[in-house]
Amino acid sequence: MSTLVFLEHHEGELQKDSLGVLGKAALLGDDVSALIAGSGVEGLAAQAGKYGARKVYVADDPALEAPLPQPRVDVAADLFRRQGFDTVLFGATVLTADVAAGLAARLDAGLNWDLVDLAEDNGKLVGKRPALDDTVYVEVGWKSEPRLALIRTGTFEPVESGGEAEVEQVAVELEDFSTQAKMIEQAHEESEGPSIEDADVIVAGGRGLGGPENFALVEELAKALGGAVAATRAVVDAGWYPYSTQVGQTGKTVAPRLYIAVGISGAIQHKVGMQGSNVIVAINKDPNAPIFEYADLGVVGDLHEIVPKLTELVRQRKAA
Amino acid sequence: MKIAVCAKVVPEQARRIDPQTKRLDRSGEQVLNPFDANAVEEALRLKGNDADAEVVLVSLGPERSLDALRKALAMGADRVVLVSDEAAAGSDLVASSYALARALDREQADLVLFGQQANDSDGAVMWAAVADRLRRPLISQVAELTVSDGTLRGKRQTEFGYDVIEAPLPAVVAVSDAINEPRYPSLKGIMGAKKKPQETVSLGDLGVEADRAGEAGSRTEVYAIGHPPPRGETQRIDDDGSGAEKIVEFLLERKAL
Repeated sequence: MSTLVFLEHHEGELQKDSLGVLGKAALLGDDVSALIAGSGVEGLAAQAGKYGARKVYVADDPALEAPLPQPRVDVAADLFRRQGFDTVLFGATVLTADVAAGLAARLDAGLNWDLVDLAEDNGKLVGKRPALDDTVYVEVGWKSEPRLALIRTGTFEPVESGGEAEVEQVAVELEDFSTQAKMIEQAHEESEGPSIEDADVIVAGGRGLGGPENFALVEELAKALGGAVAATRAVVDAGWYPYSTQVGQTGKTVAPRLYIAVGISGAIQHKVGMQGSNVIVAINKDPNAPIFEYADLGVVGDLHEIVPKLTELVRQRKAA
Repeated sequence: MKIAVCAKVVPEQARRIDPQTKRLDRSGEQVLNPFDANAVEEALRLKGNDADAEVVLVSLGPERSLDALRKALAMGADRVVLVSDEAAAGSDLVASSYALARALDREQADLVLFGQQANDSDGAVMWAAVADRLRRPLISQVAELTVSDGTLRGKRQTEFGYDVIEAPLPAVVAVSDAINEPRYPSLKGIMGAKKKPQETVSLGDLGVEADRAGEAGSRTEVYAIGHPPPRGETQRIDDDGSGAEKIVEFLLERKAL
């Protein structure tokens, strides 16, 4: 099995999920290569070697500076045509999902997404994918090579093996349509405010709050518990709460001692960001909300009634 | 401006995978994928009062999908093109994106819109495959979209915050479900929907070769359906006025307070 792992990087760092996938690839076979595409990224190649890559292909070009998918499809497709890997793996992110699907179309290759495991079974690669809100696990495979896969966030931990990789620069030739989208303003991680990643207790609010003004309920409860406030993607996108507090697939991954979800339905994109929490309590008026499937305690009811009462009870207890 | 919205029809509820075919059971009630309603709404918003603008739904699915797609017509979309063919059943990303791209070739829309994900397959990548096949620029995960003078500007959410990306038309855009609040169809809209053009085309009409569609054209397969690993015990209570007290009791029991 010859595997290529696409490595994502941000502000001079290879991303943890990418390195985790690289480590998994190295466990499945010896012939593991990595691709790093960007501008001024050659320095990242050595790190890829330490985490399991035998060979690192570096596509370094100013045209690859912005984290946009289409130029990366061109680079990956070129490399594939020259080297012929039988498997191409991605740690799933907003960027890599688009790269993987673009590459699947370009190479007419099968893509399986949202995998939480990969195994080799008699020479056949088998992926495991939770489906229907994680109620079933589907074993999936590929009918032809190359086999493309997106691995769910947080699935594999990086393992430092201390290896050294051979580094090769690859030429960058881009399609006309690939360079038409331009980055006008690129996101930078916001550093102001307390980080929810270090919080011991998190109270998170979702769309069920009904409006930004009701975040006060969440803030009061968090204050009483000595915890931090978090939000779902839906309310962050709606402008109710800042992005730095977002938990989930495109936000932070947290694992506090206590996570209280208020008015959060608990879609899979949210779940992957908080399922490692020690104790999960959910308050939601919809008895069918998926969050009740994985909350240690779920309370079906009106958050406007329950949350102020809970805040008061916690205050009394802390004062006693 | 001509806007094509790629929409999928999905089972309304009671979702299950058929153990025989290993495909999603689509025998029950079908609805417009809720995430696609955001794309329809955004198309209608961009169309505004421009009488020359057109919003066309493009979908791939069985003939009876037309019933669910009519919701988009009731919201205000102008017409539907449904690619419907027995031979397309079981198409994966590669096969579906090929058929969709061929249908979109016929339309030559200035803008192709997608919703954030399909809520049956949890797929959230179709747009990138279609954009590559159409050889058009792509912006995905868009939470805010504007168009002026033939240029799109989209605000995209990633793991690191918000990017602002511009692209010239024609282009492909996938919108997030936070971009808007889809309208409810009016009674007049519902009454008028049936009279709007609803065209069904076969793979042959689109020039899609048999070996590029359905299972023959697919490159992935499903081996087995299993159960997820057991999760810890969960308990659920209905709030009868003592919900807050019960949470406190539970937290004390779990030493989480």
